[in-house]
Amino acid sequence: MITVLFFAQLQEAIGKDRLIMEESGITITELKGKLKMEYAIPQLDHVMTAVNEEYALPTDTVSSGDIVAFIPPVSGG
Amino acid sequence: MKEDMYEILEEPIQVEKIIEKVTRRKAGAITTFLGTVREWTDGRRTIFLEYQAYKTMAVKKLAQIGKEIQERWPDTEVAITHRIGKLTISEIAVVIAVSSPHRKAAYEANEFAIERIKQIVPIWKKEHWDDGETWIGDQLEQNAYPNGEPS
Repeated sequence: MITVLFFAQLQEAIGKDRLIMEESGITITELKGKLKMEYAIPQLDHVMTAVNEEYALPTDTVSSGDIVAFIPPVSGG
Repeated sequence: MKEDMYEILEEPIQVEKIIEKVTRRKAGAITTFLGTVREWTDGRRTIFLEYQAYKTMAVKKLAQIGKEIQERWPDTEVAITHRIGKLTISEIAVVIAVSSPHRKAAYEANEFAIERIKQIVPIWKKEHWDDGETWIGDQLEQNAYPNGEPS
């Protein structure tokens, strides 16, 4: 089971700030693919991903208990 | 490095408090940067801004920036506070304070900090204009995504 967090425009597109998914041992690219099939969020292709609060690569694998966050281009400051 | 040197707050930032965090006897210079809410951007009038953060990660990334600064400019102290929530024109969104024995390092490190914030800290800004609203998508603020989506 993983927790997936959404922010900014992604949060508005999905209508919630988090999802709990029964996934484990899949790559971030695969996870994005599954989410795109369920939700109309083409923006997912253009966002960074953090796993447990560190930026991750598309090829990184997520495991049960991980917190995955999709990070749209940031605009702080 | 103390954790409370880096904060995400929902209340107005008290600038003096951030300066106090880096004040020390070794310092001969303290630079402060205040990021404030601008009314006009490329001919569009902002009414207010809304900042959102992935709070826990944002604090970690601010601390990482502080660490990067201390590696590049030894003997600096850094404190950064970013405000989130709704901010109106001229309100302070971010305060960066850097102290060092001599001024050059304090100036340089301070500019480095704001550039890095725009690259790696998970904070997002939604502009509410008098004719609409948009999440500002580009980290260097060069391009807004018209529909809140990258093309």
